[in-house]
Amino acid sequence: MTICRPGKGHLMIQFDTVHKRFPNGTTAVHDLSLEMPEGGVTVLVGSSGCGKTTTLRMINRMVDPTSGTIRVGGKDVLEQDAAELRRSIGYVIQQAGLFPHRTVLDNIATVPLLLGWGRKKARARAAELLETVGLAADAGKRYPHQLSGGQQQRVGVARALAADPPVLLMDEPFGAVDPVVRTQLQDELLRLQKELSKTIVFVTHDIDEAVRLGDQIAIFRTGGHLVQCATPADLLARPADDFVADFLGAERGLKLLSLQHLADVPQGPAPEGGAWTLVLDEARKPRHWRATADDAELPVRPLKDTDSLLAALNESIASPNGLVARVDAEGVLTGVTSRDDIHEHASKTHGHGTHGTASVAI
Amino acid sequence: MTVDWSWIGDHTHDLTSLALSHLQAALLAVFFGLLISLPLAVVAHRVRALRGVFLGLSNVLFTIPSIAIFVLLLPVSGLTRTTTVIGLTVYTLVVLLRNTVEGLDSVPVKTKEAAKAMGTRPLRTLLTVELPLALPVIMAGVRIATVMSISLVSVATYIGDGGLGQLFTDGFQRNFPTPVIVGVVLTLLLALVADALLVAVQYVLTPWTRRRA
Repeated sequence: MTICRPGKGHLMIQFDTVHKRFPNGTTAVHDLSLEMPEGGVTVLVGSSGCGKTTTLRMINRMVDPTSGTIRVGGKDVLEQDAAELRRSIGYVIQQAGLFPHRTVLDNIATVPLLLGWGRKKARARAAELLETVGLAADAGKRYPHQLSGGQQQRVGVARALAADPPVLLMDEPFGAVDPVVRTQLQDELLRLQKELSKTIVFVTHDIDEAVRLGDQIAIFRTGGHLVQCATPADLLARPADDFVADFLGAERGLKLLSLQHLADVPQGPAPEGGAWTLVLDEARKPRHWRATADDAELPVRPLKDTDSLLAALNESIASPNGLVARVDAEGVLTGVTSRDDIHEHASKTHGHGTHGTASVAI
Repeated sequence: MTVDWSWIGDHTHDLTSLALSHLQAALLAVFFGLLISLPLAVVAHRVRALRGVFLGLSNVLFTIPSIAIFVLLLPVSGLTRTTTVIGLTVYTLVVLLRNTVEGLDSVPVKTKEAAKAMGTRPLRTLLTVELPLALPVIMAGVRIATVMSISLVSVATYIGDGGLGQLFTDGFQRNFPTPVIVGVVLTLLLALVADALLVAVQYVLTPWTRRRA
């Protein structure tokens, strides 16, 4: 049995030895104990049939557990009226699941109307949320089928946020849109989460999505077993077993680099008189590399402190002398970093992986 | 076969009241048909075992000859408008019940799930999500039932009712074709106008099904 205890902050959702067996005899969730901190994103990940969606659906009683206790905000969900509980928890459904016969505005206003806000107030709130999720005001009068898949998904998020619930359940919300739109939606979600600090439970089968969005990731295996629950960095640095390592994929190391920032890597002055010279403009912004021998020019892609080690490694390989140009927020050169420094820093990640969530296998 | 236009001119008042009486019988039948079909369809949609029973029963009722239904009802409701309306209502069930069940079946599971997940209770889901989404299929049934009822009213002439159907017996008995022709034309007009109105009603009630501008 794996127990996930984040051990920081207030706990919003607690699973205590939860078991779910369906009437047909399949066990969807096996003795699950899992805790989700307030204001954090917990990603449930695993292949299909691993129980991640059932776990999510037990939080708002779309499915009731066979045994065990689930608490939201300290209260046992089974002791609450199911419909009222669901109104207090935002739910973003696969492929949006919008009401085709209601306008976008009325879709978003669903829960406020159920809570008895009155049509005017509910619509005003819905209009406000349209803007929050990055949709134009005139989209409110349209019907869902008149929107693109990505826009529908934004409406789905707005609908879930309408009554300002503290908890947001998201069931593979970005699974049905193309990769470019998915990345946009992920960025938007991260931006929103920075503002709103909801407790988010996010189900996906995409490990890259999990690494991007999760504060902690819970990996499930077929049969409803939780295998490991840890921060993305911990998970990538120290997978609990071969199953997890396989699931994380062949590029596990590179994914880890994508989580690390360039800020801590040392930098030095740009070299003078070598085979390649970094050419700057009047504002001291890097323009290109110039070969001393024949004046040939190669493009430079300067990086900021907030860029990832993965981007730095990539740039150091692309650069003619293995040096990465570093700039400040305005794009002015601050120094250069060598491929060796990036390598050295990257290999330290294992030693740094102890912060944040720890996973304990018993 | 020539039409005696002066007869029409002399009888406009009678013709209008016959047409209205005709329409009333048909519309009442569709109204009561819907009143019976809706709850039965909801039950049939939820309880799979009852679906076959209800639909089978409505099929069997449909096969009873119309004159036989009126005769069977005579001891109960006599030679009245009630008998006419009951008889016609029985026939509307076969279309209305089936279409309402199919309409409810056509509502996407995902949409019902969404309503539940948002915290909508079952009755409210039925009234505000399932029935509105089933409306196009239900309305298709209402249109068929209405046109069918309008054409069937004439049969009730046998029990002294029958709206425009009375023009047929009148014409046959006197070997005078004008009332027959007028009766047929008016029946057709009633059916066409009623159907057009129902199309308009559906257009107003289902704004989401319109093509985007």
